[in-house]
Amino acid sequence: MPLLLSYSLRNLQERKLTNLLTATGMALVVFVYAAVLMLDSGLKQTLVATGEDTNVIFVRRSAEVEIQSLIDRRQARIIESQPEIVIGAEGAPLVSKEVAVLIAQPRRKTRQASNLLIRGVGPAALAVRPQVRIAEGRMFRPGSNEIVIGRALAGRFEDVEIGSSLRFAQREWRIVGRFDARGSGFDSEIWGDSEQLMQSFRRDFFSSITVRLADRSGFDALKARLEADPRLTIEAKRERIFYEEQSRLLSGFIQVLGLTLSVMFSLGAVIGATITMYAAVASRMMEVGVLRALGFRRSRILIAFLVEALLLALIGWAFGILFASLMTQVKITTLNWTSLSELAFRFVLTPGIVLKSLVFALVMGFLGGFLPAVRAARMKIVDALRVA
Amino acid sequence: MTVLHLSEARTGEDVLIALSDVSKSYRRGAQIVPVLSRLTFDIRRKEFLALMGPSGSGKSTMLNLIAGIDSPDHGSIKVGGEDITLLPEAELADWRAANVGFIFQFYNLMPVLTALENVELPLTLTDLGRRERRDRAQFALGLVGLSDRVKHLPSELSGGQQQRVAIARAIVTDPTLLVADEPTGDLDRQSAKEVLEIMQRLNRDMGKTIVMVTHDHRAAAHAKRIMSLEKGDLSYLVEQRLE
Ligand SMILES: Nc1ncnc2c1ncn2[C@@H]1O[C@H](COP(=O)(O)OP(=O)(O)O)[C@@H](O)[C@H]1O
Ligand SMILES: [Mg+2]
Repeated sequence: MPLLLSYSLRNLQERKLTNLLTATGMALVVFVYAAVLMLDSGLKQTLVATGEDTNVIFVRRSAEVEIQSLIDRRQARIIESQPEIVIGAEGAPLVSKEVAVLIAQPRRKTRQASNLLIRGVGPAALAVRPQVRIAEGRMFRPGSNEIVIGRALAGRFEDVEIGSSLRFAQREWRIVGRFDARGSGFDSEIWGDSEQLMQSFRRDFFSSITVRLADRSGFDALKARLEADPRLTIEAKRERIFYEEQSRLLSGFIQVLGLTLSVMFSLGAVIGATITMYAAVASRMMEVGVLRALGFRRSRILIAFLVEALLLALIGWAFGILFASLMTQVKITTLNWTSLSELAFRFVLTPGIVLKSLVFALVMGFLGGFLPAVRAARMKIVDALRVA
Repeated sequence: MTVLHLSEARTGEDVLIALSDVSKSYRRGAQIVPVLSRLTFDIRRKEFLALMGPSGSGKSTMLNLIAGIDSPDHGSIKVGGEDITLLPEAELADWRAANVGFIFQFYNLMPVLTALENVELPLTLTDLGRRERRDRAQFALGLVGLSDRVKHLPSELSGGQQQRVAIARAIVTDPTLLVADEPTGDLDRQSAKEVLEIMQRLNRDMGKTIVMVTHDHRAAAHAKRIMSLEKGDLSYLVEQRLE
């Protein structure tokens, strides 16, 4: 290790308590910053994973979300007969005509009611969405009062478990299975037979229609043709894009709130680092004087103290990101403002976040160390030496 | 002991340091405090000069000017023919690294570095390899009799030992000029004697030019010449005959 670097490192060790406190301040900021980004990436990952690129979802034009959308049976028949749609094993096109409704269900712990999304799906639903599979129990029988629940719901709501029943829309619905949608937004839903659900909710409209394409490149032609069709009032989107858009509102909020918090906290951390580094410079005036006398240039002194501040930031970053990585064990459930239903997701730590938080920490260190380092570098040698 | 006047001292042809018409004052608030005024004199190569005088007479100021860590308000300071007052800041730093070794009253070692690392420190400014730097630092520590203390921190050494480490640091780059400001001011008599004998050896055997500020006559007696500064004027010079 270069001598001047170990000089900086050992000086950090000298004033352990002060430096540890300063690094802790930085660690806290790094933690908040990383946690916010992790939350956001978890949310995006969950919602983006909900959609598939080969799937196309049709909703009513200008309906941002499924629950606002209405598609009548005549339009549904036109959509499902399009040539781009792949034909399944049973000879029928892979189409799921779906209805999405919200019901209020009390949470297990707080007893407070929260919105649950009930999705009525067609018989081909599992073929359209290969990422969804039954993990426990079995799929509901078509034409019955049976429903299946998403993996993320288990244990969170009253009576939402295999074997028990839910009462809504004047009927009892028996839970016969639990499905795993690989961490996607479907994991927070309840699925049943769409015809049965429409009947009991007394509606004759679908909310959305999802189809699987034979070839993902067929999307543009299909979209152009159907959106131009005067009989249809629908809009076509790639399923992945559709769900990605659902994350925007919440994601935007998380980012704005989180970044505001981070910046405010970082101000404190930078001031803390500045005070610490000023103290370090003040206590080492003599050493600065000696180094300069020995022939070290001003720029070297500047760099030495900046490096010290950056090392401090590096330590803070390491602790901060370590604590943040523990957050990946935490599951978050929150209301997705766009779909208005509860959504479960995790903190996800990506290499990008590790890198971003490192840059963030180093910027804090640089800002905190800059003024003290400049002071050290600008000192007159004789003045510095007289302090001894 | 012979007392010489300044004019007589200028006969030496082999001049290392030539101050001419040097003035220096400090500003204290709105007040200007003149310290040195229009000082002209030479220091010969391989000289061991003791600079004496009452406290506040400007000894340290003069030493700092000669060593290039302070600049005069007026006049020129030529060292080895080069006017160091004309050098820009960064070049002056390089010049110091190559030509001057410093010895301070309070040793001024880096507390977090070992004896060896302290001695090695000035060599990090050269392009010597790590191995070579270690060897030279080791050798310099050997010259001051501290080969067995390389791994010690300054706080684990006595005052006399710390000052010897500082001397090793001052000579490790093999500079022409050594400046020492009250090098024995903080030492007991025995340690002071050891330090002064080392300095004598450096002057005699290695041909170092040494300028030492001291107010201790016993210390000054180790020098070849004694110069006395009184209110910014060099009053007289004493030539010491050591042999
Ligand atoms: N950096 C400085 N700023 C202001 N005054 C100084 C400074 N350095 C020295 N002085 C003043 O200049 C005078 C000479 O100081 P100095 O050269 O240290 O004397 P000596 O070493 O002979 O005791 C003193 O009055 C001292 O207070
Ligand atoms: Mg002095």
